[in-house]
Amino acid sequence: MASLITMDDLTNEEIIEVLDNAERLLPVARGETYLPLLEGKILGNLFFEPSTRTRMSFETAMKRLGGEVVNLGDVKTSSVVKGETLFDMIQMVDGYTDIIAMRHPRQGAAQYASDSARVPILNGGDGAGHHPTQTMLDLFTIRQAHGTLEGLNVALVGDLRFGRTVHSLSHALVRFGCTLTFVSPESLSMPDEIISDLKRHGADITETADLSSVIPSADVIYMTRIQKERFPDEDEYARVAGIFKLCAADLSPAKGGMIVMHPLPRVSEISPDVDNTKHARYFEQAFNGVVARMSLLCRLLNVEVPAIISSNGGEN
Amino acid sequence: MSTESHMRRVTAINNGTVIDHIPAGCAITVLKMLGIDGRRSTPITLAMNVPSKKMGGKDVVKIEDREITQSELDRLALIAPEASVSIIRAYSVAEKLVVNLGVEIIGVARCCFSNCATWGDREPLPHRLKVHSIEPLELRCHYCGRSQDMEAIIDNLL
Ligand SMILES: [Zn+2]
Repeated sequence: MASLITMDDLTNEEIIEVLDNAERLLPVARGETYLPLLEGKILGNLFFEPSTRTRMSFETAMKRLGGEVVNLGDVKTSSVVKGETLFDMIQMVDGYTDIIAMRHPRQGAAQYASDSARVPILNGGDGAGHHPTQTMLDLFTIRQAHGTLEGLNVALVGDLRFGRTVHSLSHALVRFGCTLTFVSPESLSMPDEIISDLKRHGADITETADLSSVIPSADVIYMTRIQKERFPDEDEYARVAGIFKLCAADLSPAKGGMIVMHPLPRVSEISPDVDNTKHARYFEQAFNGVVARMSLLCRLLNVEVPAIISSNGGEN
Repeated sequence: MSTESHMRRVTAINNGTVIDHIPAGCAITVLKMLGIDGRRSTPITLAMNVPSKKMGGKDVVKIEDREITQSELDRLALIAPEASVSIIRAYSVAEKLVVNLGVEIIGVARCCFSNCATWGDREPLPHRLKVHSIEPLELRCHYCGRSQDMEAIIDNLL
């Protein structure tokens, strides 16, 4: 595999392999052991729009494996605004680095970069397009909790129209035979194009605007942030934002093993009192971004992850 | 009246190209896509809205002293997928070509999505539209994956 642009670049078997490797890398991600698998390699972090979380977790992943990172720096002062094409920018960074992680406001930018570059590209988000490394960490988190990805009941809640995270994740979950429930206000519902694609792949999908009705049967409740700027007026936003607020008390009918996830940052959609319940997984999920990306960096750089990694220093 | 006699309604040509089965009303766009305008010195004959059993109505274009190539013809797939071409030499058909849609249309039309990475025409890589389905024709941008608005495709021809 040259690059990771969409989840279609990985087969189900390859996804499982990446998750298995990620699991083995957990002690390295936690800093319990140092395993410089990527020593001498340089990651180019090309974030054309702000993203603290994704950029930092790529950087942490690379450094935990002994690699180096160079950053694009502030987009406002770099050559992007001076009218340099993406092609030219990629030519330059391609010469400086062994692998590139990028986020770009335009859809298709990662594919475009991959066609322009010799080094592998990891898509860290392209407009309303794809965000496969987020999907991998989401899958990792789900499998960690349930021991499998097969046949789970997953409810995706909030902004399903503009959220690229939920688009990529839905596609991946359908490939593993999960049943999906889309919970959103009408104005932020999953795009028809995506629903028809999912159904063509045999997806079992229910759409609703009632969050409380999905709690008892869900194995995973995946919350997303509803952004104020998506709404024409404040009142409409307030009404919708209020409906999709999850509190600890709401979770009493939930299955014991049900997990609540969120790509973060959250605003008001998950009340802080959920944090202390056994269901909350969003902070682990954020941490899992590091292992998932470590595993993907190894894969794209053709570096094998050792079968056994002890937590007291390197390979066995 | 047969299609043949309709064809004869316009002048027969000595050497050149006859493009038949163009959807009614699209002949001018076809000429535009082939880079042919009225400034050429050789005659171009257009027949528009000719009755056709197969298509209801069709346009026919005859271009004298120019033989179009298979790759030029393939560019027409977007607006005239059923077009058929006869290359005429000394008043008789020397070659027949049909549109080959292929799996991808490269460098013919730009992606219609305004937030596509290719937007703005400054990026040097070619526009690439992948054939997602043939009946009905659905094209998706190689880069952003967006399904193309086939009504607007003429406006996005390069
Ligand atoms: Zn596009």
